[in-house]
Amino acid sequence: MTTSIKKLPDIELVLSGNGACGGCPATMALRIVGKALGPNAIMLLTPSCSVASMGMTPKLGYNWPCINITFATAGSSSSGITHAVEIMKEKGRLQGELPTVFAWVGDGGTYDIGFQALSAAAERNDNFIFFCYNNEAYSNTGVQRSGATPRGAFTTTTPTGKRQPKKNMAQLMLEHNIPYVATATVAYPGDLYDKVVKAKNTPGMKYIEILAPCYLGWQFDMPDTVQMSRMAVRSGAWLLWEAENGKISFNNPSSLIINGKKGAAPVDEYVMKQGRFNRLLKSPDAASRIAEIQGDINRTIDFMRERAKITI
Amino acid sequence: MKSVTKAYRPISWPMLGAGGDTGSWRTHRPVVDTQICTKCQICWVYCPEAVIDRKEITIDYRYCKGCGVCAVECPTGAISMEKEE
Repeated sequence: MTTSIKKLPDIELVLSGNGACGGCPATMALRIVGKALGPNAIMLLTPSCSVASMGMTPKLGYNWPCINITFATAGSSSSGITHAVEIMKEKGRLQGELPTVFAWVGDGGTYDIGFQALSAAAERNDNFIFFCYNNEAYSNTGVQRSGATPRGAFTTTTPTGKRQPKKNMAQLMLEHNIPYVATATVAYPGDLYDKVVKAKNTPGMKYIEILAPCYLGWQFDMPDTVQMSRMAVRSGAWLLWEAENGKISFNNPSSLIINGKKGAAPVDEYVMKQGRFNRLLKSPDAASRIAEIQGDINRTIDFMRERAKITI
Repeated sequence: MKSVTKAYRPISWPMLGAGGDTGSWRTHRPVVDTQICTKCQICWVYCPEAVIDRKEITIDYRYCKGCGVCAVECPTGAISMEKEE
């Protein structure tokens, strides 16, 4: 059972009046993450929307110690902070419970630019949580293509729609043999909360990826942020799963799609609600290109179903 | 560091309103109808700004950016978006 909304803690670590856009899914997710981690944590931010959301000096929109680091170094900086905290504890300079170190990084800093440092940190199995909030483009700089952009999506650098499928990053992190990998999204806050609590209590490297539908990048109406996130899960474009020590288990409602108890909704409705697929829908070969998108989704569902059977 | 005052150090401090009074960004204001509201707290959990009070379901209009997520997610339709004057 996932934690119900009424049982979530009261504590707020994202403060009102920060610099994020109205309806920002990243702050929405970060609020839930804050409730799970508590105030005893250290946050590392690479250049992303969340850094812009921090607000103007000398005010800070997050109630944690935040460190702004360079784009490619999320993994290595987190490793350094983790080791520093452990050594301070050993020398007696730090009393009480060790703070949780976590990196809050966008999809550009995870999929493309930060991948090398992240992969190395995963291989060293350093004790921190790596959060990737995935809005499927470089939204902070005005929506450019990233490794997370799905096939067919318009960005300023793919004006006719991206021709390549996206990476399955959570799967890549799973193959690094780290103790905990999970995917979540903003529409299921109880599920996200449970996963963060689980990650906090697991020693070693943890990777949690959160789908954050950005209304500016995806070009839909601002109030539909949560609806879009829910539609992504129901159509199978985003799967909710977690893997403890390499054993994959699916969460509701993705588990129903994987088990075949409930068919995934056709991708058409999900695609048509987003302005970033508009040019694709207007092009003469629209039908075949939507079939390509549906093919990518079906392939991922089939692949993850078979991958979950491998438990060695 | 003693001679440098707190404001001039390159360090920020957690404070409300780090982006200014963000309520001025709003074009539509969410209004809660307390007669219909069942206090299910769904608006509270999805609010990206943390401006909704959990117990009373009141909105802090000083910082509410008026995104409308609460109005769309409300299962009873107790929150409506009214145009700002």
